[in-house]
Parts: sequence; C-alpha cells; structure tokens
Amino acid sequence: MNFGFAFLSQRTGFDIPFHVVPWSTADSYGRALWVCLLNTLLAAAIGIVLGSLLGFLLGVMRLSANWLARSLSLAIIEIVRNTPQLLQIIFWYVVMIQALPPPRNGLALPGGMILSVRGLNMPSIEMGTAGLWPFLLLVASLCLVPVFRGLRRRRRVFGWAAPLLPAIALVVVLLSVDHLDYPTLRGFNYVGGVVVPPELIALVAGLSLYMSAFVAEIVRASLQGIAKGQREAASSLGLSGAQALFLVILPQALRVMIPQLTNQYLNLTKSTSLGAAIAYPELVQIYAGTVLNQTGRALETMFLVMIIFLGINLAISGFMAWYNARVAIVER
Amino acid sequence: MTSLRKLAYAAALAVCGLGAAGLPAEAQVKSATLDAVKKRGELNCGVDTGIPGFAFQDSTGKWKGLDVAYCRAIAAAVLGDAEKVKYVGVTTKVRFTVLQSGEIDVLIRDSTLTFTRDTQLNLSPIAVNFYAGQAFMVKKSLKVASSKELNGATICMLTGATLELNIADYGAANGIKINSLLFDKPEEAFAAAEAGRCDGYSDDSGSVAAARSTMKTPDDWMILPEIISKEPLGIFAREGDEKWGDILKWTHMILLTAEEMGVTKANADQIKASKPVDPFMQRLLGLDEDFSKQLGLDGAWSYRIIKAVGNYGEIYDEYFGPKALGLPRGTNNLWTKGGLQYALPLR
Repeated sequence: MNFGFAFLSQRTGFDIPFHVVPWSTADSYGRALWVCLLNTLLAAAIGIVLGSLLGFLLGVMRLSANWLARSLSLAIIEIVRNTPQLLQIIFWYVVMIQALPPPRNGLALPGGMILSVRGLNMPSIEMGTAGLWPFLLLVASLCLVPVFRGLRRRRRVFGWAAPLLPAIALVVVLLSVDHLDYPTLRGFNYVGGVVVPPELIALVAGLSLYMSAFVAEIVRASLQGIAKGQREAASSLGLSGAQALFLVILPQALRVMIPQLTNQYLNLTKSTSLGAAIAYPELVQIYAGTVLNQTGRALETMFLVMIIFLGINLAISGFMAWYNARVAIVER
Repeated sequence: MTSLRKLAYAAALAVCGLGAAGLPAEAQVKSATLDAVKKRGELNCGVDTGIPGFAFQDSTGKWKGLDVAYCRAIAAAVLGDAEKVKYVGVTTKVRFTVLQSGEIDVLIRDSTLTFTRDTQLNLSPIAVNFYAGQAFMVKKSLKVASSKELNGATICMLTGATLELNIADYGAANGIKINSLLFDKPEEAFAAAEAGRCDGYSDDSGSVAAARSTMKTPDDWMILPEIISKEPLGIFAREGDEKWGDILKWTHMILLTAEEMGVTKANADQIKASKPVDPFMQRLLGLDEDFSKQLGLDGAWSYRIIKAVGNYGEIYDEYFGPKALGLPRGTNNLWTKGGLQYALPLR
C-alpha cells in the first residue's frame, strides 16, 4: 500500500448536500475537506452556544425555590443524561421529518420564513453592488467601540463616537440592502433565500440538549460550591435574589466551571461526528464514508479526520485555558 | 558393474526429481482462504444489512435473498453444508474494508464491479450475479414522467456507493441539478423518502424495486423508466487468492449452467440416477471426479450446490419473481433467452 495525499487534488464527482461555501461536483477532495470541516465547525459552534445557554438555565432552575422549575429541570436533566446521545439525535431527526409538512404546504412563519420537512427556509439579504463592505464596516466599528469608550472615559476628542459609530454603520448596512431574497416554491423545492436543513437542526438539537444536561450539573455544583456566606453577605447589602446571583455568586462560580465546561465543549465537538447517522454531511460522513469508499484511501482519510479533530479540540482547549488563566483569581 | 549402479542411481534420482517436480502441480490447488474456511468449519459471508431481494432476514431471523443463496451455495460446495454460513451484514461504507481486513471470506452484497474497485481497492471482481442499472423512484403525486424532469429535486440514497457519482454525472450530462441526501443504511434512506425529506429514492434497479416494496403504500410510488448507469452487481474476493476466486467463480457458473441444462433442485437426483451420458451433465452433477479435483474440492461439490439452492433461475424467481418483488428477468435472463447471463463452458 502506498501512503500519500495526492488524491486530495483529484476531482470528486459527488454532491455534498449542505455547504456554507460554494461546492460543485467538479471540485477536488481537498475542497471537500474544507467544505465538510466548515459543516462540522458550524454544528459544533451552534451546539456549544445553545448548549451552554440552555445548560445555564437548567442549572439555575435546578436550584430554584420554585418547585415546578426545580422539578422540570431535574426531569429534563435525568432523561437527557441517561439515554444515548446517538438515539436522541435520531429521535429528533425522526420526529422532525415525520411532523413537518411537505414542501408544498410548508408552514409560513413571520418574516417570510417557511418551515417544511426540507428545513427552515429563510430570506437572504442581497446586498447588491455594495457586497460585503457594509458588514465589514459594522464589524470594524463594533471592534472600535472599546477604544472610543476609553477615549470617552478620559473625556478625549471622538469620545462621542462610542455609541454613534455602530449606529451609523448599521444605518449604512440597512441602506445598502438591495432586496431580500424570499424563498419561493418552484418545482420540487424552495428556491432563493437560505435553508437550514433538518439534518443540521436535529443534530444541533440533539447535541446541545445532551450537553446542556451536563452543563446544568456543572453549574449547579459550582453554585453550590460558593460559600453560603457570600449569598448572606449579598442579601445583607440589600441585593435581591437575582442581583445576588448575577453580581456575586455567578462571577465566582464561573471560575470553577471553566475546566469542566472545556471537557463538555470537546465532547460536543467530537460528537458532531454522530451527524453521519442522520445524513448531515460533516467530516466523518463525507471523509470516513464517501471519500474512503471512492478512493480506497482508508488510512489517509482516517488520519486526516483524526488530525483535524485533534486540531479543533486543541484549539478549543487552548482558548479555554487562556480564558481560565485570565479570569482566575490573582493570588498574591 | 559400478557404471551400471551409477546408471541405476541416476535413473532413480531422475525419477525422484520428476516426482518432486510433479508435486507442486498438486500443491498448486491451495488456497489460504479455502483452508481457513475449512478449518473454521464456517463461511464468513458479507451481505447487505437488509434489502429485499438480495439479502434480508425473515420474521424468524433467517437470512434470505439472491446474495444469501450464493453464500449458501459456496458453503455447500466447500463445507458440504449450506447452513454453515455466518452472515455478516455490512453497510456500503464499510463493506470493502471488512473484506480487505479478512473479516469475511467473500463479499456478495449487491456491489457494482468497477475499474477503481478492481485496481485501486485491491479487490478481485469474480462474477456478475445481477445486472442492474441505477433507477429512480418518486411519488406519483409529483407527476414526474422522466428522470430528466428531476431538476432541483432531492434524492435520498446510500453513501459510499457508485450512486452519487452517477447522479452527478447524469445531471451534468443533461444540464440539470439533482441534489442527493446520503444515508448509511437503506432503512434510514427509505424512512426519509417516505417522510418526504426527499422527492425520491435512487438505487440499482433491483434495490429500487425492493425499496418500493417496503413503502407503506407501494402504489403511491413509481419507478421512472430511465436507467442512468450500468451496475453489474456481483461477487468480490480479496486479491491474491486465485484458487479461492476460482471456487467462487465456478459456483456462479454451476448455477447458470444448471439453469441452462434444465437441472433444478427437484430433478437433480432423478437426472443423476439416470446416469446421463452427456459429459457436461456429468460434470455438472459431479459424476466426473477428476474434474472437481482441479478446484481442490471433492466430486460432489456442484451437485451439492444445486441441491442446496437450485439453479440461478429458481433463485431469481424466489426473490425477484412475480410472487416476490415482481421484477422482470430482463437482462438477468440467460443468454439463450435474450439476457446477459452467460456461463463459461464447463470444460
């Protein structure tokens, strides 16, 4: 067997049903790697954000004085935590494709969105001749806000720009919108706009819900780990329950959570590979499946997939370690 | 005297030498796979995870289908018992790796024999046991009459197969774009098509007929007339074991020859008892001992194949005939009846 990556420049000849960057069947295996890497990262990113938010909510609910909130959270955590993740993802997928209407009678949602078994079709923003520049301007102005805020704090010139600059950029963006491209039913499917396929929705739902149960337990443990005196001190200062939670307890608990949260983020990223079971075209489905089969390069494709997952996860844990060091209490 | 003795020695040595030279000819009938199967007492046969017609389990868990019949035929030939098969259900994705790794002795899993699989995957294509072509099945309610009208449609299919390549090529050739949604297992793809996630399902013509039969209301679905590719489905072995390949190939030939000569599971005994004079018939029924030795098998191997599974036509009828999937013989008929199935001479 000769080991080599020359096949990466060969033409693939197959379709990747969901892609965030352009893809055609004439593209190479190398391009396919990029396309499905982005699909993996997209699922992981959405899953991590949604899972963290939901987990936070469940964790706080778990300690709530309200019986209903407390019990509901407990029930969700126990059910989700004790059933296989793959099963949950398939469950969401099956539920979705069974429950949603066919494209010809898709549900019209506010804002021109349409929900059908083919996914969530949303209008896309067409910028006309301006292209992406207004968006870049907006991002740049948002990045500059801290700088201008610093100027404002020191009562320097241009301090006024802190709140105004993003607002101006937003107006520019809105003005340069050429039109909204609404999805319309043509032939078999919706044409125009952007579509979030049901595979992505089911995968993200399965991943984030699963992770949220573990995050909830981490949040609960961390909150309980904060000395009781902190809460008492907060209430003696006249802070309300919510104020005490967000201003005193959570900031301290957050520090304890970070290492465990990192584990959860890494787990979720690896679990995106379960998307292969529900036809979500991520790294494992395309590379360890289609590409392996078409090229017979078992060793190379597996090696690539492993290296990439290793890379993503090292990046995540590296970032979390940096953040952890930043928020750690500086002891003298 | 001494010269005579020397001569005798020389002659004896020459005889021994010839004998020794003759030995490898005998030893050539050696196959690592055959030895392993015999030692294990069981054939590891890679089949589909479940598709009517080719390989599926009935309500009692018994494996059935065209490909399964081939596994049984090989076990009958090699081990003398068609039941001594361990069926390994493999997905399109892992099938070749499982074969290469030696986990199975033979892969009979409605797999297309292609150039790449022969040359790049180091597999040995043995024989075509089913001639198919890629076809589409769509809901009748879509009112589509031809696959050329599928522009913009989404089609569910299996991943890691020739299917997705064919679809892309077909779309390019006809100036249309057909989207494909790829699944690991047939049942997942069927379910997604049924639920309307896709506009249709695509697979080899035999498998599409099978897929249609598993739908809740098969009558809601129609198979489009176009066949967009050639899919010669058949048997794969690992490369490098020629003798084992011979056994597999000739098992297929025996099934075809039996149909050609009108030998069935039911009348095989009768014909055998009547002591046929036709040399082909004698070889087919294992009455010519020397003939079978060439394969490293005993004389009755071919007879056991017929007794275990019948001839090719019988197997086809059982799983694809009117009482099963209702797929016309077409190209899978014998060459004598206008089809493509042509057995090499048993000579």
